[in-house]
Amino acid sequence: MSDVMEKTLTALPSLLSLDSQPGSAKLSANSKLGNLIRGITELTSKHEEEKLIQRELSSIKEQVSSPNTTMRQMKELMVRTIYCEMLGYEASFSYIHAIKLAQQGNVLEKRVGYLAVSLFLNESHELLLLLVNTVLKDLQSTNLIEVCMALTVVSQMFPKDMIPAILPLVEEKLSHSKEIIRRKAVLALYKFYLIAPNQVQHIHNKFRKALCDKDPGVMSASLHIYLQLIQENPEGYKDLTMSFVTILKQVVMGKLPMDFNYHCVPAPWLQIHLLRILSLLGKNDQSMSEIMYEILDESLQRAEMNHNITYAILYECVKCIYTIHPKPDLLEKAAKCIGSFVLSPRINLKYLGLKALTYVVQQDPKLVLQHQMTIIECLDHPDLIIKRETLELLFRITNAQNVTVIVEKMLDFLQVSEDNHTTIDLVGKVAELAEKYAPDNEWFIETMNTVFSVGGDVMQPDIPNSFLKLLLEGFDSVEEDKKLRLFAVNSYVSLLQGEPSRLPQRFLQVICWVLGEYAHLNEDVEPDAVLRLLAKLLDMKSSTSETKSWVLIAMTKLCSGGAAFSVAHEVSETYGSSMDTMLRQRAQELQHLSQDSALQSRVFPRSGSQEPVEVDSSLSFLDGFVSEALAAGAAPYKPPHQRQEEMSRSKVLSLEPYGLSLPISMSSCSVTDRQSPTLLSMSSSLSGDSAELSHKASSTTLKLDGVTRVWGREGYLVQREPVQEAAQVEAPSPLRSPRQQGDEDSPHSQTPTPTPTPESEQEKQQLASSLFVGLASPSSVSLMGKSEQTSQRFRRKARIQDKPPTSGEQINNLPPGGAADLLLDSNVSSELVSSLEQTHRNSLDLTANGACDAELPDGDVKEIKTPLSTDDSVLAAGLSPHEGPDRPKDLCLTSYLPAELSGLSHSEITLLCTNQSLDLSACHVQKEDCVELVVFIKNSSDSAAHQLQMQISCEEIEVSCVCDSPVEELKSHSVTVCQYFLTVKRPSVCFDLVGMVYYQLAAGSLQTAQFLYKLPLTSFIRPLAVSTEEYGTMWLAFSHDTKQNLPLMKDEREPLTATLNLLKTKLQLHVVEIIGEEGIVACCLRPDQQCLLHCRMHAGMLAAWLRSPVPDLPDSLLYHCQRALQER
Amino acid sequence: MIKFVLMVNQQGQTRLSRYYEPVELSRRAALEAAVVRCCLSRNKEQCSFVEYKDFRLVYRQYAALYVVMGVTHSENELSIYELIQNFVEVLDKYFSRVSELDIMFNLDSVHIILDEMIQNGHVVETNKSRVLAPLTAINKMVDG
Repeated sequence: MSDVMEKTLTALPSLLSLDSQPGSAKLSANSKLGNLIRGITELTSKHEEEKLIQRELSSIKEQVSSPNTTMRQMKELMVRTIYCEMLGYEASFSYIHAIKLAQQGNVLEKRVGYLAVSLFLNESHELLLLLVNTVLKDLQSTNLIEVCMALTVVSQMFPKDMIPAILPLVEEKLSHSKEIIRRKAVLALYKFYLIAPNQVQHIHNKFRKALCDKDPGVMSASLHIYLQLIQENPEGYKDLTMSFVTILKQVVMGKLPMDFNYHCVPAPWLQIHLLRILSLLGKNDQSMSEIMYEILDESLQRAEMNHNITYAILYECVKCIYTIHPKPDLLEKAAKCIGSFVLSPRINLKYLGLKALTYVVQQDPKLVLQHQMTIIECLDHPDLIIKRETLELLFRITNAQNVTVIVEKMLDFLQVSEDNHTTIDLVGKVAELAEKYAPDNEWFIETMNTVFSVGGDVMQPDIPNSFLKLLLEGFDSVEEDKKLRLFAVNSYVSLLQGEPSRLPQRFLQVICWVLGEYAHLNEDVEPDAVLRLLAKLLDMKSSTSETKSWVLIAMTKLCSGGAAFSVAHEVSETYGSSMDTMLRQRAQELQHLSQDSALQSRVFPRSGSQEPVEVDSSLSFLDGFVSEALAAGAAPYKPPHQRQEEMSRSKVLSLEPYGLSLPISMSSCSVTDRQSPTLLSMSSSLSGDSAELSHKASSTTLKLDGVTRVWGREGYLVQREPVQEAAQVEAPSPLRSPRQQGDEDSPHSQTPTPTPTPESEQEKQQLASSLFVGLASPSSVSLMGKSEQTSQRFRRKARIQDKPPTSGEQINNLPPGGAADLLLDSNVSSELVSSLEQTHRNSLDLTANGACDAELPDGDVKEIKTPLSTDDSVLAAGLSPHEGPDRPKDLCLTSYLPAELSGLSHSEITLLCTNQSLDLSACHVQKEDCVELVVFIKNSSDSAAHQLQMQISCEEIEVSCVCDSPVEELKSHSVTVCQYFLTVKRPSVCFDLVGMVYYQLAAGSLQTAQFLYKLPLTSFIRPLAVSTEEYGTMWLAFSHDTKQNLPLMKDEREPLTATLNLLKTKLQLHVVEIIGEEGIVACCLRPDQQCLLHCRMHAGMLAAWLRSPVPDLPDSLLYHCQRALQER
Repeated sequence: MIKFVLMVNQQGQTRLSRYYEPVELSRRAALEAAVVRCCLSRNKEQCSFVEYKDFRLVYRQYAALYVVMGVTHSENELSIYELIQNFVEVLDKYFSRVSELDIMFNLDSVHIILDEMIQNGHVVETNKSRVLAPLTAINKMVDG
């Protein structure tokens, strides 16, 4: 450190700007960094800065590569380089020198070297590998400062694949005598956990030791790991609740050394950390929550001091109280606390209060009522962020009665906000609310018009998609549907008559589609008038070619009449020779269809939206063409992800000799590719595997449907309330006076304009009554004589795929039309919509992911764990609530096992699901070459079930049915058996099979039952008998690998043999050979899915190295090896 | 989670930047400029938290210098607000009355201090003497 510089600075008054400093000239004269900084400060233009920095960088470049530069100078150069990079100028030439500095410098220089490395490189930078040796050396240094530095850099960034190299050294540091070393070691392990969780699995008990460390610093460092672990699996750490509570108690009571205090508050960030952990542990768990009540109460009371940091703790406390199992008096105190936040004149507190309130209203919407006036004030707050947070709060309390006011407020905000992110977010919310709660057609269409005009081309593409889908599918009554569509048509016609050039492209596309489909509903408007309006869009300069092709499609649908012929002809003339192939195609279609009205009406049937159109998604009509091409020598088609995978595989091979980290990163990229295939590639795949198709598409569908929409989930409502009535529902509000009530009946009285007159107060109250209507207690809701549900207007038709199971068992009653119609119908609609935008909303999928997701609520985490701990015995996570204590003994089902399987060992037959009519049970049989799943369907009802059909799917497993024909009839109290071959497509630690049974009880009513079956990877593992030579060649050929140290059975005489034999018996591995301290083991899932294991005894551990041609297999197998060895 | 820490003066010059989520070098300047603009446009009566893109900015002004942290929505803004104060107090202790100049000319020391307090976007140490311990130890070794 330059002493002169420091002393000069100390004498300066605090935080003054540079220019007025007399000392600054002297300062900068002393150092080159000073020169640089001063130079930059004096500049006036960006251009000059660039010139100066480039000059500086080239001078640095020259000096760093000169052999005469000392490490001291190098350190100075590095700081200057850091400065240049901070200003945004890349200096990649210096990276290698930063590593050199960390390697060769003395302490301070070394630290700066490490610092530069951590600032310059990102975690995947290949130069980072060069740092490993330096870190290794420093970790073994006798100089504690060097050890400290090495640990610091490791906890910031470290190449994932090199963790095993330093892990033992870091572990060793956990029992170091100095607290700072222990603390940093814990943080380094936390980093390892973040980047490679299975590498540190074996040291979980050491984390516990760190939690109990006598030094508070080490303990609080371990909380980082625990917060992460508990987030992932709260069930696994319930036993620690008491410990966390005790720690928090000690902190709150001030038992920590004084230097942990911040402004007299004991370790506030530690308290916040602990409160977050507690809220995770107490969520949905009454017994855990009870342990916490006392300390939470204590925390609330202690935090009386008037300081920001105590409020920060209080906020966390309140959140915790509202997350865990509720306790009335604590809730009351917490609510009071929120009240004082919201009412505080300090704006930061007010913000936090609103944020807390937003969180809390999900649990207790009534709390808002206490603060209605404050919320109203916040709505007009000059600070946008307060407004924004208030809208967020209002969004959470929206219901059918206050939706118009809240949406209006949101739209107001959208007019002033300029930020794209806010626009996208709010527009999405408005659309969601409008769809959920719209009081009438008019309002809905107008609101959506605003959404489309404001959201323009930045909004999420699923907003226009779902809007169109809504129009297309309609609701319960045909009459209503027609009214809605007609209103949309009228509204759009008048928009087009105005100034369509100001509308965003997406909106124009929506308009085109609606006019094309429904313009005929309005008999007053001539089709050629609409055509002319549409033609105007084509001439607009701002129209994109995408919009133009939408216009042309709409015209094609409309031009049936003779009068429209001339417009159509003219347009198709113009665009028939367009450079844009898409437009040319559309123009051609228009031309041909406008001339041939018979063809036109066949292609675009008027009432078409309701009629099923069969879509040949496998493109089987092209088969002839393809087979001809193949015969002529063309290469068979491969989907893009497969091509990419092959490419990456070949790359991996060529890199093999050097490959340390590369194979793994390649494999992970190929995996993600596989998960997101485009719809295009799927539908054009020759195989036309429809199961796979629907399956994959479902993952995209799910994302789009992230928001729970209100209709569709409940199924049919028996009766619908008249629309007007719903809109005028009034809720008793404490603030409402009779006069205002009168006002409210006029439709526009609900738009207040705040004016500084005495009336403004009344207006606010009026606003309050319209905002918070319907939030009062359930009793007042019943006073109004209708529940919220009935006033929800737009509910989609009940559809089989729209219904995720709401409870454990699922029985769907479909309308008499039968499933087939509905299926096809939804297929069409989805086809139409997805062709609008490239959102692959394929509704065909009934089985896989939708169900899967809904099937695993929080409570199921426990069940995921169990199959692993009970090794190979499969635990089926039943969905039925009856399952559990009184699970029926289904042993008698064994007799139904198919004869060819009866000789083989099978897992326990578990009951998966029961409903009034069916009991579903299953087991799996391990055969030589595959696993066979046997599902037993027992008809427990008194009537026969017909047309039983089962679908089973799993993302990672290929399921093929032994016999695929539906069971015609299942008599009352009889059992039928379905068999499936299972082979692994993509290895995983555990597989979830989702199954669905369709059947008919009485005539015409289709029912479904759904279940989930879990299988661990171990069921698929088979020994692979190979010779040592074969093993050798395979080892070199395989590209995916992973390494880790496993526990060794040290107490045995021959630890290696004993350990490998244990693995052999538990996991069915084949031990190829054991020579001295090394052993090789092989296994496979299928003959082409091998996995090789190379084990070596090292420092009391078993250093395992796994390789396989299949990505993910080494990691998953390693997991099971670890489990097997831990449980012995 | 904390996404980045920035120290910027009123002229918009970056004095320190540390990112805990990878941001390309070329995009940093634009982000920093936007962040400064956001903070400069606000007055004392306004909230110290600002919505920016999909995250929040928490800022505190010391004379001409702004310390800004970008945080995710799930973060407790007020605790971050106080974390900034704690960070500045630590710097004040180390430099005995810290000024913008100290930060400029001792960029490396400020970074080393920050690394002790925040890692991977999480607060890892707030105890002032412990934050400074490694750096003072290094300085002692060099001097002595």
